[in-house]
Amino acid sequence: MTATLKRLPLHELHAQAGAHFGHFGEWEVPLYFSSILEEHDTVRSRVGLFDISHMGEFLLGGREAKKFLDHLLPRRMDRLADGKALYAPLLNENGGIVDDLIVYQLRADQFLLIVNAANIDKDFAWIRERLSAAVELENVSETQCLFSLQGPQAAPVAEAVFRCDFSGLRYYRCLLLKTDWGEVLVSRTGYTGEDGFEVMAEMSRAEFLWRALSEAGKNWNLKPIGFGARDTLRLEAGMLLYGQDMDDSTLAVEAGLEWAVDWEKDRFIGRDRNVREKKEGAPRRLVGFEMIERGIPRHGCPIEKAGGSLGEVTSGSFAPTLKKNIGLGYVACSESRVGNEIEIVIRNQKIKARITPLPFYKRASYGIS
Amino acid sequence: MEFPDGLRYTQTHEWAKRTGNRVRVGITEYAQHEISDVVFVELPKSNLAAMKAKAIAVVESVKAAFDIYAPVSGTVVDTNKSLESDPSLVNKDPYGRGWFYEIEMSDSTEWGSLLTAEQYQAQCTTTH
Repeated sequence: MTATLKRLPLHELHAQAGAHFGHFGEWEVPLYFSSILEEHDTVRSRVGLFDISHMGEFLLGGREAKKFLDHLLPRRMDRLADGKALYAPLLNENGGIVDDLIVYQLRADQFLLIVNAANIDKDFAWIRERLSAAVELENVSETQCLFSLQGPQAAPVAEAVFRCDFSGLRYYRCLLLKTDWGEVLVSRTGYTGEDGFEVMAEMSRAEFLWRALSEAGKNWNLKPIGFGARDTLRLEAGMLLYGQDMDDSTLAVEAGLEWAVDWEKDRFIGRDRNVREKKEGAPRRLVGFEMIERGIPRHGCPIEKAGGSLGEVTSGSFAPTLKKNIGLGYVACSESRVGNEIEIVIRNQKIKARITPLPFYKRASYGIS
Repeated sequence: MEFPDGLRYTQTHEWAKRTGNRVRVGITEYAQHEISDVVFVELPKSNLAAMKAKAIAVVESVKAAFDIYAPVSGTVVDTNKSLESDPSLVNKDPYGRGWFYEIEMSDSTEWGSLLTAEQYQAQCTTTH
């Protein structure tokens, strides 16, 4: 059985730009245009442009929408105001992670959820089943494109394209702009550890907008960036990838997402189990580690210590900025302390590694907060 | 893309260069281009008994690991340690400084079964 792979709406344009394609879940996406290492460096040192139109977008609206989100998500929705966004795990009743998403308040009664591509159908069904009266849910994934402009030079490029001053647009804030490409949502968010913007527009304007961003970026040596560098950038920044570093059976507290839960809330889906495990100590915990000996850890490699099994690697790679081999994985809580020496089993050999603090990489200057 | 004439090749994209009974092995320009950025190399141990078509080394890109097969049987007599500190030599100079290891052949008749430059080039152009 060969399932037909989904393609980005601008697939042909990327092919013409020399993209090498690879698989990402059910999608055939640009893996790299020139080279993963070059593209990684472009984002860390200048500015890169990603086509992430595979991601899902839902609109949630109505008089009771905010109240509904307050029950659906473990974050306090009174943190949100028009033009503000929050990262949140979407939890199931057992405390496991259905998905991780960003919720944007567009208006007091209108919210945008950006969800992972592989989870669009699952999330939509999940949320719809729990909808309360006076709340409407719409899946607009097929009609919206999403691009991500990331790197220390992302702001000047965005300002040149949209002829707008973004110095006041802080991290996790968004603006709806009327532009030559229709209504565009610009948010100061990303998945790279750099400053940057995510830009959502009508699919019919995708090609014009992509070309405009590429053209404006020429002065800053902007390059298109594939999914290979997207993965190495997010890993260095200690950001998790759903389906790999967490899934429906992972508790928020195990995945190190305590910071994305407002514990003082007395009701939200998935609360009880996470509160209990937080108090009693979950049996396993996500950690970051770097290799001491030679070897690249990969998804699925066993983690051991003194002949005993501790867990498994969920993400691993050569880290291009750090010039080290790093990984994420779950280990028994009792062995999760920073500095602890562990062994990663690579091709049947035990290779020494050390647990390190997360994130692995933090950009030096925080021009925005 | 280069397919040097003096070398022999395998279907699995290794090149082999013979000097007497000694065979130096690397991966082809085509292979390094397909693999893209090489960020890690695992070399065989010296004195390892290599069997033709068995994996005895590994090359890794950012995304994945690939086996490197022995083109002929014999004993590993030398390895290119400089790849451990600079694996990008495989990309920069696949037929020169990017070599992997040398084997002392145990059965020189195996040499004749390797592909010529012309045969290997034909394989690359049909699969591409």
